[in-house]
Amino acid sequence: MNTKAVFSANGVTKVYGEGDVEVHALRGIDLELFEKEFVVLLGHSGSGKSTLLNILGGLDQVTAGKVYYRDQELTAATDRELTHYRRIHVGFVFQFYNLIPSLTARENVALVTEISEDPMKPDAALELVDLGHRLDHFPAQLSGGEQQRVAIARAIAKQPDVLLCDEPTGALDVKTGITVLEAIERVNRELGTTTAVITHNAVIADMANRVISLSDGQITEVKVIESRTAVGQLQW
Amino acid sequence: MLALDRKLVRDFRQMKGQAAAIAAVVACGVALFIMSLATLVSMQESQRAYYERYRFAEIFVSLKRAPRLLEDRLASIPGVSRVQTRIVRPVNLNVVGMSEPATGRIISIPEFDDPKLNALHLRSGRYVEPWRENEVLVGEAFAEAHGLEPGDTVRAVLNGRLETLEVVGIALSPEYIAQIPPGSFLPDDRRYGIFWMGERAMEAAFDMESAFNNATMRLTRSASVDRVIEQVDSLLKPYGGLGAYDRDDNVSHRFISDEISQLKTMGLFVPAIFLGVAAFLLNVVLRRLLSLQRDQIAALKAFGYTDAQIGWHYMKLVLMIVVFGFVVGVVMGIFLGKSVTGMYAAFYRFPVFEFHLDPPIIVASFAITSGAAFVGVYGAVRSAVTLPPAEAMRPPSPPVYSPTVIERLGIERLFSQQFRMILRELERRWAKSLLSAFGISLALSILIVGNFGNDAIDYLMHLQFFVSDRSDMQIVFREVTSGPAIHEVAQLPGVTYAEPFRSVPARLRAGHRMRQVGVLGLQPKPELFRPIDADEQVVAIPKEGLLLSEKLAEILAVRAGDPIKLEVLEGERPVLEVFVAGTVNDFSGLSVYVDRLWLSKVMGEGEAISGAFLSVDEQSTEALYERLKHTPAVAGSTIKVAALQSFLETFAENILRMRAFNIFFACVIAFGVVYNNARIALSERSRELATLRVIGFTRREITGILIGELSIITALAIPLGLGLGHFFCYLLSFQMDTEMYRIPFVLHSSTYATAVVVVVIAAIISSFVVRKRLRSLDLIAVLKTRE
Repeated sequence: MNTKAVFSANGVTKVYGEGDVEVHALRGIDLELFEKEFVVLLGHSGSGKSTLLNILGGLDQVTAGKVYYRDQELTAATDRELTHYRRIHVGFVFQFYNLIPSLTARENVALVTEISEDPMKPDAALELVDLGHRLDHFPAQLSGGEQQRVAIARAIAKQPDVLLCDEPTGALDVKTGITVLEAIERVNRELGTTTAVITHNAVIADMANRVISLSDGQITEVKVIESRTAVGQLQW
Repeated sequence: MLALDRKLVRDFRQMKGQAAAIAAVVACGVALFIMSLATLVSMQESQRAYYERYRFAEIFVSLKRAPRLLEDRLASIPGVSRVQTRIVRPVNLNVVGMSEPATGRIISIPEFDDPKLNALHLRSGRYVEPWRENEVLVGEAFAEAHGLEPGDTVRAVLNGRLETLEVVGIALSPEYIAQIPPGSFLPDDRRYGIFWMGERAMEAAFDMESAFNNATMRLTRSASVDRVIEQVDSLLKPYGGLGAYDRDDNVSHRFISDEISQLKTMGLFVPAIFLGVAAFLLNVVLRRLLSLQRDQIAALKAFGYTDAQIGWHYMKLVLMIVVFGFVVGVVMGIFLGKSVTGMYAAFYRFPVFEFHLDPPIIVASFAITSGAAFVGVYGAVRSAVTLPPAEAMRPPSPPVYSPTVIERLGIERLFSQQFRMILRELERRWAKSLLSAFGISLALSILIVGNFGNDAIDYLMHLQFFVSDRSDMQIVFREVTSGPAIHEVAQLPGVTYAEPFRSVPARLRAGHRMRQVGVLGLQPKPELFRPIDADEQVVAIPKEGLLLSEKLAEILAVRAGDPIKLEVLEGERPVLEVFVAGTVNDFSGLSVYVDRLWLSKVMGEGEAISGAFLSVDEQSTEALYERLKHTPAVAGSTIKVAALQSFLETFAENILRMRAFNIFFACVIAFGVVYNNARIALSERSRELATLRVIGFTRREITGILIGELSIITALAIPLGLGLGHFFCYLLSFQMDTEMYRIPFVLHSSTYATAVVVVVIAAIISSFVVRKRLRSLDLIAVLKTRE
């Protein structure tokens, strides 16, 4: 395992709202993610894991603390720099896919490749998630699992350095969830993309290199998995 | 094509109904703008070119008689660059196939040369030849009305002799672009004609050898109009000069200038309303679209699209709608412009008057339209694209509802659950509800404004022809006649009552302000012709002093009781110190009314009359017409019903056409606003309504909720729109205030009623569309969608 940190976070705190409605989503998180590793961020809803992922992805700002992506301090970046960072380095997969309903699978992927520096072909990205046969289908014509795989293809087509997945199987049944996780795992393995997956499902943790558990805005446990379980063996 | 642009095209297709409704509103605004402005520019350009090319005079003066030699002295007045002296006389015409008498004006032209000023444009035939006695050129309007062509003849009474005039050509003059008979405010092509005759033939026919009774002048660039007029008047005083005046007092010029200024007002005011509505609709529709695409925007931002890229993406959608509307609008504008130009061509006689659309007008209208659209959506787009992506990813927080007025008042039990839902929705989003109501009310106001012109003209005609002027006919004597002549007039066949009047041209001076007007001396208690004020009340003629149109008093800055100088431009030309006895709020022209006998007294003449208003027995009109044609002492006659009929014949079709356009435009706007409101309400609430269906509400009940909401907004919009329409017309009546007409601020109740009916129909049609969509509401799919 390469020990070079892709992300490092120090004392990250995030507070939403003010006064009576103040919510502490993160309370002083220290964390590092390393190159090519597959990390699962585990926690119940409200534990702050989505907030953490959004901050790492440059979608949200911290209240206090510092976050570095390699040598770049994300917490000091301007809006413009964050946009550039997302454009070049980050691939996102969301729980609700967030596909553009008026665009086909291929066009949804093209949406990203058109603004990237060294993308793969949309068709190739879809091939990688086993959707080479559904290129011209609109989201409404695809099943939930297929839609999420389009979203994965869209995220990896730009050949990002990191892939951030927010509850990618949250809206899916077990069988479909497995195919989606297989796609993510394959990307991590074949392309060496640093991958962080958020989930509340402890079973999924078994496929990771490392599992970081969160509760009430704090890291409660970091576990290194010595013998990873193959995705196909997972059950919940 | 980029994937984002593909999304654009598909989003556009998705909302094509709403896009079409908005594009239609844009198209109407653009069409009206282009129609008004292009017609305006075409008219101004035609006028300018015509005046220049045909040397339209700048100073005009009539006089009794002066030797031709005086021309050189007029020319030597400092500031005068060119002079044309001529003979101008009224004629009575005897046209085959027309029982009532027609009148006209016959003007001398040099036989060997073009007139130095007010040159003629020959439409057909040839110019008059020297030494031919009765050759004439006829003005095109009169020729067309009677089907006259070169080679035809017209019988006319010249200087008391019945002559046969031979038409050799049809002509136009910059002096008579609009041919309006003296004393009238409507053109009458059938009963009023302009003729031109060789100078020598005129001299012989009117005993005017080597003399003239009319002169026109052009000035040097630096000349002072007032100084020239002063000197012309002093030079012509011994020759019975009637007072020189400039273009502002030339009826034809004034008419066109007024029309141009009214076109300007209409051309800016009404399109502004349309574009305002379009901007509002774009705002509403785009806001909805942006909120539906909240998660898509967030995803785009997460992938690294910049705010500017996403903002431009939505602006392009707006631009597509605008461009679509704009193109349709330009085509419609050209069609309307041609139609209106055709209408004007019947009224204004230019050698060439064609609809011409300058590229700058197209560019300007596109800039204004897209500018309005951008202003309309800028805020919505900006706030949507600058939302932090993490926030945009989360669905918007659930709306906060609170008890409404009826619950606070504790009377909720009187209302059904559904009604309370409607009220809560309206009250929670009161700003949006109000804006929607405002949009619909604008549609209503457009309908009212559209009909306002018609109402105003109807009223003006009613006042002028039935309340103020109750005579059937007006005659003018060739020469001022002594008072008892009225008894002879009363003896004419068919005349049941004759009321004499005395009219003199005069100048009114108050301080440095001056105006040339006709002073009308009436009976102390006139029966047939009575000054009327804005309340349709007869205004008494003061025993002494002047009664002025309010507009004239305003121009001269005088009030009742103020002294004023009256310079009579006829006879002994006395200059009198008199006073303003009162003002009358009338609607056409600049009038001065006085007591007839007082006028004769202050002028130092015996009882004198210039003409008479007549009541005529309908049975005997033919006999009267026949007699008048052969009465040389009568220089002219105006038959009221005939004038009115002629006007209506010429313009009824045009008025109908304009009315149809107006109603069409207003329907577009009403439907556009109501339909878009309904579609958006449906889109926003389909999830809620589907939930209600799932838990057991009937289709009828949920339709009731949505349509109930629309009904309340429409009901709210009606009084608002009536008020707004009223206010706009009030503004317009000020804007259109000219010397020729003051557009009275009158609105028929039928105008209000029509506007309300049209809006309600638009609302009903929109509800049908909504109902149809509610029927096909896919309950499962709606519930699944995440929002």
